[in-house]
Order: sequence, then structure tokens, then C-alpha cells
Amino acid sequence: MGERLSDVVNRTAPRLMDKRTGDILIWLLLLSAPFWLPAAGSYVELGTRVVVFALAATALNFLLGYTGVLSFGHAAYFGLGAYGTALTIKFLVASTPVGMLVGVVVGAIAAAIIGLMIIRLRGVYFAMCTIAFGQVFYFIAFQWFSLTNGDDGVSAWHRMPLDLGFTTIDILNSSNAFYYFVLAVFAACVAAMAFLLRSPFGRTLQAIRENERRARFLGIPVDAHIWMSWVISCFFVSVAGTLFALMNNFVDPRAMRWDQSGTFVIMTVLGGMRSFWGPLIGSAIYLVLQDYISSHTENWMSFIGAFFVLIVLFFPRGVLGLIGRKAVS
Amino acid sequence: MSLLQVKNVSKHFGSLVAVSGVSMTVEPGELRAVIGPNGAGKTTFFNLITGFFRPTSGNIIFNGEDITGLLPARRVWRGIARTFQITEVFPELTVHENLRIPVEVASGFRLQPWLSRENDAKIRARVGELLEMGGLTDKAARLVGELAHGDQRSTEIMMAIALNPRLLLLDEPTAGMGEQETFVIIQLIRRLHKDNKLTIVLIEHDMRVVFHLADRIMVLDQGKFLAEGTPQEIAKNEAVQTAYLGKAA
Repeated sequence: MGERLSDVVNRTAPRLMDKRTGDILIWLLLLSAPFWLPAAGSYVELGTRVVVFALAATALNFLLGYTGVLSFGHAAYFGLGAYGTALTIKFLVASTPVGMLVGVVVGAIAAAIIGLMIIRLRGVYFAMCTIAFGQVFYFIAFQWFSLTNGDDGVSAWHRMPLDLGFTTIDILNSSNAFYYFVLAVFAACVAAMAFLLRSPFGRTLQAIRENERRARFLGIPVDAHIWMSWVISCFFVSVAGTLFALMNNFVDPRAMRWDQSGTFVIMTVLGGMRSFWGPLIGSAIYLVLQDYISSHTENWMSFIGAFFVLIVLFFPRGVLGLIGRKAVS
Repeated sequence: MSLLQVKNVSKHFGSLVAVSGVSMTVEPGELRAVIGPNGAGKTTFFNLITGFFRPTSGNIIFNGEDITGLLPARRVWRGIARTFQITEVFPELTVHENLRIPVEVASGFRLQPWLSRENDAKIRARVGELLEMGGLTDKAARLVGELAHGDQRSTEIMMAIALNPRLLLLDEPTAGMGEQETFVIIQLIRRLHKDNKLTIVLIEHDMRVVFHLADRIMVLDQGKFLAEGTPQEIAKNEAVQTAYLGKAA
């Protein structure tokens, strides 16, 4: 077989940047996006979408890249976060933070309960069960017409301006304000995940990913730790779901469908699941390609699919695998 | 009180009897070798002690407590650590991280979302000690998967030591090693036994290793107990010679 192409690139290409420089560059790009996106012929809403999906994919990667467990059902908790937010704001309390809180709590509780049922499974059996449970929520959203309005989705509501007491931030009408709101939530969540991954608990997860048997015989109760990782991952994917509902002022059952879960996996693998920023890069590539190609042809998915296959074949560590292979340590 | 008492354990896999009515008592501070021809049931016997399998019948008493039905992680918490016949490490983590994880587990920090500066310093110091003891200090920042076989083996043994075990089980610690590497591992085991007074049970094929190190030897053959005694007694035992060399001998 010979060397993998990615190994050759790794060896020959000089390390483009060290980790800290990379972090700073990424935050600078994110913070300045509303200024350079229009100049680059795009629009700030695309940036918002990238950040929302980047949060979902980073949350998935907590489980996939750092615990070694593949879920194909994260859209369920993404969708629960979205529905929880939409229904709360529409029917209960017209407040963005309250809506988000309800969405996240609902998503996390559902994940905690379902996690208990599937946590003993491994590999493809685990993945299949996550799809199955995910589809259960999809069909509930689809069928429970009186609450969710079925296939037509929850509309006729919108996100509310943030009332901070002394001032109000109009995230409803200002795209820039909403972008920065989403970015702030993203930053808090991503920082929390990075913090956890550097902790003793985070290292036990990487131990499980590396060698489950060794981890078990070092005194790590593997099932319990995978369950915790699963709940944390689903918690943050629910947060992304609440932002998704706020972004669209709308939610329909497709947010919960299995192909939505697949999108998170594709983004993660595309960007590089062993890199902390891989899912962000993957989300950006996916959505920019989608935005660009879909304006020319409705078969945009075949192009993304072909690109994905090429990446998996030649750069199994994803796009970021090209730059450096050292993960959080 | 004996540290480990294995009482009449058997393990059946369907109609295959892997271990049949074997008993063993290990005293604190002892270095016990378990030997036997291929397929004698040595590794299965280890797996029963460490909780990889549940015995079909029989009991395992550790430090006066019946641990027969405990999960592997709980046995580790009570002080039983092991290595495997085929090296089990965390290949894509560094040597430092490989040792740090068991040190943190043994310190009760496995669920901590953060470490105080003080605890972090303690953990680093302990990892430094273990690196030194295993002769791995200059390789601390390397990924374990990139190390030579012998160094991976040493890393695995040090990971088990990092747990501060009361009983260490080593499954063929020198398997697949060259002369020099075998010597290093023997020195390491001897130091752990003599200097740290650690109780060790090991499975080994290399008879030089066994007769060098062991206080007592137990011999298994076809899942059954065959003999037990000091190295001198075992060397003279006719049943053992027959099992190893066949009837003609």
C-alpha cells in the first residue's frame, strides 16, 4: 500500500502554526466575521449558521473524537432543544433565555434517560440504537399535530430581544447583534468542553477512546464515564438546537431527522475529529460549499458527498489533520 | 492473613473446561509464578482473578473479602492491577499521559473537572517518579504507539504500578522481547518485589525468568492444578517434566 498521502503531507509540509497561534487566529476571524463576510461577497447570516452548526459538531466530537463513541442520533437532542425553545417562546413565556433554558433541560433529560438504555452497547450497535431513538423523536414531532403543527413546523413566533435590565440588545432585527449573541454562547460552550477535556475526567474519556479494556482494568468504570460523556455531548448539542430555532424563528421535524445527525457527523469528520477545531472548520466548509453550490445546482449534496469521500480516503484525519496532529493535551 | 485466596475455581466455555477446580493462596510480599504448557488455562485463571470473566464455580477472596462477583474496576479500587499478554496501552497518548491517567484514578480524581495547582503538582511528581522507575523519563513526551515493544511493555507495567496496587498480576511480561529488553524487565520486576515489597503473580513462558524471580511456582496443565512448590521442587517434579516434555521423558 505504501504511505498515506496525509502522512506525506504531514512530513513534508512545515507546521503552519503552533496551537496557540491557531486559537488566536480562529477567535480573531470569528470576532471580525461581520466585517469581512460582506466584503468577501457573503453575508453575516451564513456566519451565524456556521457557528450554530460548529457548536453542534463540536458537541458531537466530544463523544466521537474524544470518547471514541459514534452517535448517529444527535439530531434528536438538537431538535428537542429547538422545539423546547420554539414552543416555550410561542406558548409560555416570550423570553429568549427562558426558551433556551427549557430547550436545553428537555434535551439533556431525554439524553440522560435514553443514555441509560443504550450505554452498554458498543460500536455499530450503539450507533444503530441512537438512530432508532432519534427517529422516535422525529416521528413524535411529525405526528403530534396539536402541539408541533406536524410537518408544517412551529411558526408564528420569533426570538425576543435580550433584556438585560439596564439595556436591551435587539438580537431580533440586528443580524450582527444576533451573530455576536450566538458567538458568545458558542464561546462559553466550547470553553467549557475544552476545559473538561483537559481535566482528569477528560483524560479518562480519551483513555476509553484509546483502549477500553485497558481503561477498565485501570479502575475506570467505563459505562458510567461513557454515559457522562454522552449526556455532556447531548447537552451542548441541545444548546446548538436552541440557537438553531432562534436563528430561523421556526422549527420543523427535519431538525430531528437522521440525516441531520448525519450532517453533524460529516462536518466533524470533514474538519478532523481528532482536532478540537476540526468540527468548526468542517461546519464552515460544508455550509460554504452548500451555499455556493446550491445557487448553481440543486444537486449540491452530490458535490459535498464527493468531497467528503475524497477527504476520508486521502486525509482520514480531516482537513485539520493536515496542519497538525496533536490534540488537546 | 493471606492476600489472595482462590478457592476451587472453574471456568467452562460451553463444553470446554478452561479451568477446572484450581486453588491458590498467595501471601503478602510473595512473588508467585504460574506456568504450564500452551492451553493450560493460565490466562483464563488470571481473567477470573481480575474479573474479566466470572467463574462458573468457586470463590475468590482478596484481603479477607469475597470479590468473586465484583466488576473489574471495583477490583482495581481494592488493589488488584494487571497487565496483559498482548500489550494494552493508550497508543495515541504520550507516555506521560499514559501514566498520568492511572495516577489520577488512584488519587480519586477520575471525576474531577479540574485540578488545584497543588494536586496537579503532586500528580506530576508521582508521574515523574514512575517514569524514573520504569526508565522512561527521556521518552515521556513520545506517543506510546511509536515506542519500541520493550518500552511499551515497561509503560504498561508502570501504568499498573501507578495504581498503587496491593497485588500485581503480570501476564507474560517478557513475551516477544529480545535479550536486553527481557533483562530490563526482570530488573524492574525484581526491584518492585524486593524494594517496594509488592506482591506479584506472573505468568511466564521463559523458564530463566521464572526460576530467577519466583519464590514459589504453581503449574497448571489442561486447566487443572498439577504441582506447586519452590523453583527447586518444581524443577525436580516428574509430573511437571512429563507435562512439558511428553511421556517419553
